[in-house]
Amino acid sequence: MVFNIYDFTGLTEWIHEGLSRSLSPGLTLVVEWALIGAGLLTLVALLGLVLIYLERKVSAVIQQRMGPMRVGPWGMTQTVADVLKLLLKEPLMTRNADKFLFNLAPFIVMTASFLALGALPFALGLHIMDLNIGILYITAITSLGVIGILLGGWASNNKFSLIGAIRSGAQIISYELSVSLAILSIVVLTGSLQISEIINTQQNGWWLFKGHIPALIAFVIFLIAGIAELNRGPFDLPEAESELTAGFHTEYSGFKFAFFFLAEFINMFILAGVGAILFLGGWLPLHFGIDNSFNHVMDFIPPIFWFFGKIFALILLMMWFKWTFPRLRIDQLLKLEWKYLLPLNLLNILLMAFIAMQGWYF
Amino acid sequence: MMADKKAGLKSQEYFINMGPQHPSTHGVLRLLLSLDGEIVKKVEPHLGYIHRSIEKMCEFDSYGQIVHLTDRMDYLASHINNEAVCLAVENALEIEVNERIKTIRTIIAELQRLSSHQLWWGVMGMDLGAITTFLYGFRDREMITDIFEETCGARLTMNYNMPGGLMFDIHPDFQKKVKAFLKHFKKKLPEYDQLLSDNVIFRERTVGVGKLSKEDAISYGVTGPTGRASGFSNDVRKQEAYSAYNKVNFKEILYTEGDCFARYKARIDEMWESMHIIEQLIDNIPEGLYREKMRKVIKLPKGEYYQRVETPRGELGVYIISEGGMSPYRLKFRSPGFSNLSALDHMARGSKIADLVAIMSTIDLVIPDIDR
Amino acid sequence: MNREELTAYIKSLGNTIEVVDEPTQFPTFMIPASDWKAFALTLRNDEKLTFDFLYCLSGVDWSDCMWVVYHFRSTQSKQSIVVKARIDDRNNAIIDTVADIWKTAEFHEREAYDLFGIQFQGHPDLRRLLLPDDWVGWPLRKDYQDDVNMVMWK
Repeated sequence: MVFNIYDFTGLTEWIHEGLSRSLSPGLTLVVEWALIGAGLLTLVALLGLVLIYLERKVSAVIQQRMGPMRVGPWGMTQTVADVLKLLLKEPLMTRNADKFLFNLAPFIVMTASFLALGALPFALGLHIMDLNIGILYITAITSLGVIGILLGGWASNNKFSLIGAIRSGAQIISYELSVSLAILSIVVLTGSLQISEIINTQQNGWWLFKGHIPALIAFVIFLIAGIAELNRGPFDLPEAESELTAGFHTEYSGFKFAFFFLAEFINMFILAGVGAILFLGGWLPLHFGIDNSFNHVMDFIPPIFWFFGKIFALILLMMWFKWTFPRLRIDQLLKLEWKYLLPLNLLNILLMAFIAMQGWYF
Repeated sequence: MMADKKAGLKSQEYFINMGPQHPSTHGVLRLLLSLDGEIVKKVEPHLGYIHRSIEKMCEFDSYGQIVHLTDRMDYLASHINNEAVCLAVENALEIEVNERIKTIRTIIAELQRLSSHQLWWGVMGMDLGAITTFLYGFRDREMITDIFEETCGARLTMNYNMPGGLMFDIHPDFQKKVKAFLKHFKKKLPEYDQLLSDNVIFRERTVGVGKLSKEDAISYGVTGPTGRASGFSNDVRKQEAYSAYNKVNFKEILYTEGDCFARYKARIDEMWESMHIIEQLIDNIPEGLYREKMRKVIKLPKGEYYQRVETPRGELGVYIISEGGMSPYRLKFRSPGFSNLSALDHMARGSKIADLVAIMSTIDLVIPDIDR
Repeated sequence: MNREELTAYIKSLGNTIEVVDEPTQFPTFMIPASDWKAFALTLRNDEKLTFDFLYCLSGVDWSDCMWVVYHFRSTQSKQSIVVKARIDDRNNAIIDTVADIWKTAEFHEREAYDLFGIQFQGHPDLRRLLLPDDWVGWPLRKDYQDDVNMVMWK
């Protein structure tokens, strides 16, 4: 049996060998790339559909209403209808907009999301590229998205967009630090930047539990700073609907708008994925102690469900934040980062280094 | 600043049009902002996008018709607007309506105040980015509009008042429904408080923002909860009790801080007071006619009449100059929003764009009320 | 001060101040537009009066003259008065601004200018407020004609 839901190594090797047998090595690589590309596109499309539907339903539950109910059973195909609507909409542009940059911006945002998605391990063996600096790669790539936002805001030739873009720049530059430092404090424990290594170190327990209080602090900071980096509520200042109408994507319509919209959800998925990898053991099941019946029951659930389960749990948490909290002001946002999170984070790393040095973690 | 000078860079003020279509101007208000980065240097309101010249129309309409026009000013307090004109006409004709009419008018007015404040609460949360409050506010407001619909057939522009009384008698279920609503809302209001008032971000966004001193509040003629949050005691219901307000106990909510949070708290507290007023009246609606006998054609004697009422936004004044005819020679509405808006520039200067939005929502602007 | 004392006191402040004799809701005074600014300052600053709250400012167009009607209240003594400033020249209606005394007057005077064409001298920013900048005419004047926007039936 080639297909094993607990271990995808067999499946990928089978595909690789099958292709190598009939094709030259170069062509094999091309076909594999195409397959991966198609897989990622499908994943993104599905994620878009699911996450947008989820956001609507979660917000509806929080706001004590029904959410979409008309299109399909429980409004499940509402997102499909929305995508169709966005596809058919006229792509408008302001008269003096910089046409090239205006059109380029959504693609940059989208590309950054796609690139980062490539480094996520979805299950054992289901990992597109296991770089030895995987975590660094993800943090580097995800912050590229802001270039798209800045470009989009600037090229729109709209002051609301420009304010939104500048806000976004300030916000991401600030919060990138906290995200990276929070990641670093786990890297101190793992001693590796390679994602598969980081996951393997959590075989006997997740870092959230093993790393004592510093890991918990790092997790909270990671979540706060991560949400800020996503430009999601309560840190959605670049969009700030009630202040800047729609912030950096005020002038975008049709599918270019959809790209920004989709990228936000994909980034949310990536952030939750990184959080799951670092703190919640990636695709590893929940284990307590060694070799007891609880662990065996947990092992029975396939890793891919574990990974997606953790990601969706984190995403739900983010949605809960967004639909509950008011928005911060720009100076408060920067104050929170530079005056509170960053010093706390630095101290936390010191503490973590001390704990790692003493070997006080499990 | 230092870096600017060294690099020889100059920052430039720029202008931005906030509105007439903008999510947080709550209608067609256009603000011309002069900005330095995020900092608001000047706010210049451009009005008139929904100006219908109601004052001119009133000069050709009979007093019965004028009442209907007032609905279209402050649409969140249509009953209270109606009441202002009706009281002015009744005072001019020296008609004293009976206690039943007064009591019903007061109950409906307070329900209207509640519904207006509920909507404001929801919108205020939304302006600060907490979209959920918007739907909570509307959910509870729905119960009041249902009561209104049952009473007079309309939900927003009610026209329930007319000179000399009311259009219809109250529905037999009126008291039951109002009591059910009060019971429901008393449980919900503390929930609101938990959701917004005690939220750290909300406090950060409102405490100390958009300060308005008492002197400025008086000088700018800022009335209503907005003025009372600055310590300016101006509740018309206390000072010139009309309808049944002299029969009920209630507190005039006064705060001294004058910032956005004080304005927020003033309105929340006012909701409690409104519920308190309704509770005192709802069980003691006296028997009587719901409409006094009036002549079909109303002609005010020559003279001048001024009537003030307290709308959810502040003091609404109706100034009628009559030459003895069927319609007024001149009719001026002193709308609360108009004066409150004039203080916006003063309050918002030097703050951030986000603060401007917070200030605007705590002033509780209703644009048709400002433009008339 | 009760109403009679107040009326008498204000009457004594100037020669051109007339007391309106008709029975009115509030003590009402009439003053020529030329003397208005000085009287306004007294109303605001006199310790016995301190009318610090200007709550209504309305223009009124009569066929021979124009009024600007100011409704005042004192937040200290809780008394209200009405002052009518009379502008005799309808075609060249000029009166001094009080926007520097009561800040609320800035908006109200702009409205009165917009709808009645009353020029408020010294106003910091006298432009049309409600109507478009290129509007012709003063709509609330009694002789205003607009065949398009005004539907009349008599």
